[in-house]
Parts: sequence; structure tokens; C-alpha cells
Amino acid sequence: MLIMALDSSGVTATAAIATPEKIIAEYSVNNKLTHSQTLLPMLEEIRRMAGLEMKDVDAVALTGGPGSFTGLRIGSATAKGIALALQIPVISVPTLEAMAWNLIGREGLICPMMDARRGQVYTGIYRSRGTYMETVADQMAADAAEMAGRLNELGEKVTLLGDGADAYLDRLRETLTVPWEMAPVHLARPRAGAVAMCAFHYWEQGKAVNGSEHVPTYLRLSQAERVRAEKEHSDEQQ
Amino acid sequence: MKNEVNGSPVNDKIIRILAIESSCDETAASVVENGRKVLSNVISSQIDIHTLYGGVVPEIASRSHMERIDQVITKALEEAGMTLSDMDAVGVTYGPGLVGALLVGVAEAKAISFASGLPLIGVHHIEGHICANYIENPELEPPFACLVVSGGHTHLVMVKDYGEYEILGHTRDDAAGEAFDKVARAVGLGYPGGPKIDKTAREGNPDAIHFPRAKVAGSAYDFSFSGLKSAVLNYLNGAKMKGEEICVPDVAASFQKAVVDVLVDHAMAAAGEYHVKKLAIAGGVASNSALRSAMEDACNKRGITFYRPSPVLCTDNAAMIGSAAYYDYIRGIRSGFDLNAVPNLKLGER
Repeated sequence: MLIMALDSSGVTATAAIATPEKIIAEYSVNNKLTHSQTLLPMLEEIRRMAGLEMKDVDAVALTGGPGSFTGLRIGSATAKGIALALQIPVISVPTLEAMAWNLIGREGLICPMMDARRGQVYTGIYRSRGTYMETVADQMAADAAEMAGRLNELGEKVTLLGDGADAYLDRLRETLTVPWEMAPVHLARPRAGAVAMCAFHYWEQGKAVNGSEHVPTYLRLSQAERVRAEKEHSDEQQ
Repeated sequence: MKNEVNGSPVNDKIIRILAIESSCDETAASVVENGRKVLSNVISSQIDIHTLYGGVVPEIASRSHMERIDQVITKALEEAGMTLSDMDAVGVTYGPGLVGALLVGVAEAKAISFASGLPLIGVHHIEGHICANYIENPELEPPFACLVVSGGHTHLVMVKDYGEYEILGHTRDDAAGEAFDKVARAVGLGYPGGPKIDKTAREGNPDAIHFPRAKVAGSAYDFSFSGLKSAVLNYLNGAKMKGEEICVPDVAASFQKAVVDVLVDHAMAAAGEYHVKKLAIAGGVASNSALRSAMEDACNKRGITFYRPSPVLCTDNAAMIGSAAYYDYIRGIRSGFDLNAVPNLKLGER
């Protein structure tokens, strides 16, 4: 079982080729380059370096959201195109759960945070169960301090990771009352190797789909839809 | 539109292109043989969704492309009775257009090229519109002049050779189709404006109201439509203030005539200066019935052969992209995996 895994949902672009036993190749760039220009050359580079043909690939894994709308679509269209051409399935994993997989085996709670702009983070709460991640709180868009409040209620030690944790570090430091720490630097950003491992778990659960069925999970409406919904709501109240 | 897959004897190798277009609010895919023969032309329009908002919402367009692009591509291959292994290249629109919308098609096409090993060809959207004329006119070859008019573009172009263009004029402000949309909204006809004005204008008097025919100082072939749009709005406001009833068909017909007059005048002036023997129109507004008949009359008077695509090839479609990609393909043009969406790509740029 050979998976090609990718994530372009945030600032990081990352790609990997893996089996359940081994990350054969992994390539991550955390440098704000245009994912539309970098992601496919990265995939081509790791394929070449791994000495593999595309026909050897059994499934494409990706982070299906949340994340930057454009970044999610670049990743999703890339995964769908590969799956369509090779007639192989797509394994879409939640972006935050895949990030938590960086820290599988760690004691306590794991709370990845992606900067979601507009004062919010995309976040979720997870717990390592050794061979898989238990979802304690499903991924959501939330205020960082509000998330700290939920962690305080849970009352357990927590490890934070992601650029959202960095961006709101002061606020988290002020609000968190439970023991907490930041993940080590080399584990603190999305890594396609972890996306692949999370995807193998989803695969075992029978959660692969036909690429044509895959659409990103945005967690937010477009601005036009939001404005329209608000207007309808206020019209109803009048 | 579907033609038989033929086994007819052809001296040269048959080149088949899978083409993808997602620059605005149509998700489209097509299989085109040798740049002229359309084996399938699948277009999934999002117009119903955008009508709720009175125009194209970029984020919603991007999301909709994502939801249907695989189905559209699969259907295009199925209708052609083929698989990717029968293709020689993948062509895709990479600009101009809405960046988020373009990116869906570009990322998908690059991934298909990467996974299948087929060469990738990035196509200019306007070049695609021009090439739509090749599909139904096997005899049409450059050089010819082409007026490209759509919701986003108004270009008067000399097609000197395949892939070689000289832009004689373009709009300085609104595109012709944009003016149709804005005026349609102002008179309460709604979105999309082009077809609605066209239909309503048939019941109106095109000489009822005189709207200005704008000229751009110092450039004979450039266009400007924002003044015309303002003139229509002023007329509507004035009539309202005076309590006069507005005859919508007359406004639609008079506005449409003002647009068509300018388009035809500019095209004919260029035809005269450049000794044009063949003139084509392309783009969404090229399906406007008044423009088609006025341009045809003007060409006939001057002995110019007039070409216009069927309406299905005027609207955004992928068959035209497949045609343009073919002429790039035979000239050895290929795109890399770093191909990006370029929202303001200029014609003739790479």
C-alpha cells in the first residue's frame, strides 16, 4: 500500500510518499511560496527521488480542510486530478487531526492551531491512543482564548502546535491554567508524513472515497453567503 | 455537440487534446481532435447560483468548480468514447479570469498531466475564444481580424498567424458584456444581462433614445462603455424625476444599438486600414443577435467574409481551449508543473 500524501491548506506546502511502515520521501516548505507553483513540482521531485512510477501509487491522501480556501482547493484539485488519472481512491483527513498525528504517542491532550485570520484559529482537541488519534473536540474555527477556556475545563496537560499557537501565544499564556507546552519545532508544522499515517488509519476504517466525491471542508461560508444569510435572518426578525 | 469518432484516413497523426476551462462561472471540459473536430463539449453552468447574488461571486464560483470538475472531465471523456490513454495532451485555461476559479482547473490539469504523463499546455482564454471560430469553419485560416466581446473582455485583434496576435484595440473601462449586465440591472431585467437585453430589445425601438457612441481620443480602435452606461442611468433617473414612464424595451434596444454601432464601426475601420478579407467575432456577446446581424451586413457590404461561432461556442467552453491548445501543441509549446493561474494575463504573453 503506497500513498502519495499532500497538504497545502496553510502556509506550509508538504508532500510525502509512504507505506504504513516507512516514509519513503517527504518534502516540506514553510516559506509562504505560492502553493499553486510549488506543490506539483514538489510531488514530482519526491516521486523521482523515490525512484517510483505514478502507477505504483495506490491512493492519494490530503488534508481536506479546514484551511485557506485557495490552499485547500489547490490541494483538493491536485489530489482529484491524480486520482482521476490513475483511477485510485482519495483519502481526505481532517487538517487538524493530521497535524495532531505529528505528536502521536504523546501523553495528555494535543491541541493543534492554525491561524484562521479574523482573530480566530482553526483548532481541535485530540488524545493519542497509541495507534490512532481520539477526537476529544472536533475541528472548528474559534477564538484562541475561548479554546484555552475549553482546555482549562478539561483540566489536563496539553501540547500546542501550529502557526495559530504561535500567533496567539500571549493570549494563550494569559488564559491557560492547565500545564501546557509548545511542541518541538520540528513537529510543530503540518507534515505530509503525518498526513499519510493518519490516512492509513482512515483507509483501514474504509474511509477512502472516489476523487469525484471529494470536496474541501471549509468550516466557513463565503462572505457573500454570510451577508445573504445575515440579511435573510434580519428580514425574518422584522 | 458531439461528432462521430472517425476512422477516416488522415495523412498526419491525429492529435487529441483533453481541454479544461474554469476561468469564470462555467466548469467545462472537452475532447478536440486536430484543433477543429469536437468529440465532446461539456459545460456545467453555475448561472443559477450566481443569479441569487446578481452577478458572479468569485469564492462561490471557485467552490462550485471544485464540486463538479471531476464529473465534467469524466463526462467529456465518456462522450468522446475515450480514456486518457487516447489523449495526446492536456490543455487548460490559465488566464485571464478569476484567480480562484482558474486555479481549480490549473491544479486539476497539472495533476492529470503529472499522473498520466501527458504533456501540459496552458492556454490564454481570449485565444481560446478566437479559436472557437476554427471549429465550425474548416476553411478559416489566419490572417483574419477578430472582435472578442464578452462579460470580461472587449478586444479587437489581428490574428496574423496561429498563436500570433496584434491587439488593435481594447476597452478602457467596462467590457461590452459588463455594460449589458449593468444596464439590465438598472432597468430591472436582472442577471445575466446580455441575453435579457437581447430578448427585450426585439420589442423596442432602437432609435427611440439617442445614447452616445464613445470614441477614445487618440486611439481609433479602443473602446469605452462606462460613459454609455452612465448615459442610460442618467436617462432613467431623469425620466423618474419627471414622473415619465420608462419603456424598457426602447431603452434596451437603444442601448444595444449604441453598443453594436461602436463595435461594428471600430471593426470596419480596422478592416479598411488593414485590408482585412476575413472577420470573425467571438466571446459571450458574440451570440447577441443584433451584433451578429449588424456585423454580417457590414461585412457583406464590403466583401468581407464574416465568421461567427454557434452560441454554444461563444459562451465559455473548453472546446475552444482544445483548439487553441492544439495549435500550441504542434508548435512544440509545453507548460511546466509550475504553471500558475494569471488573472490579468495579456494576449500574446506567456
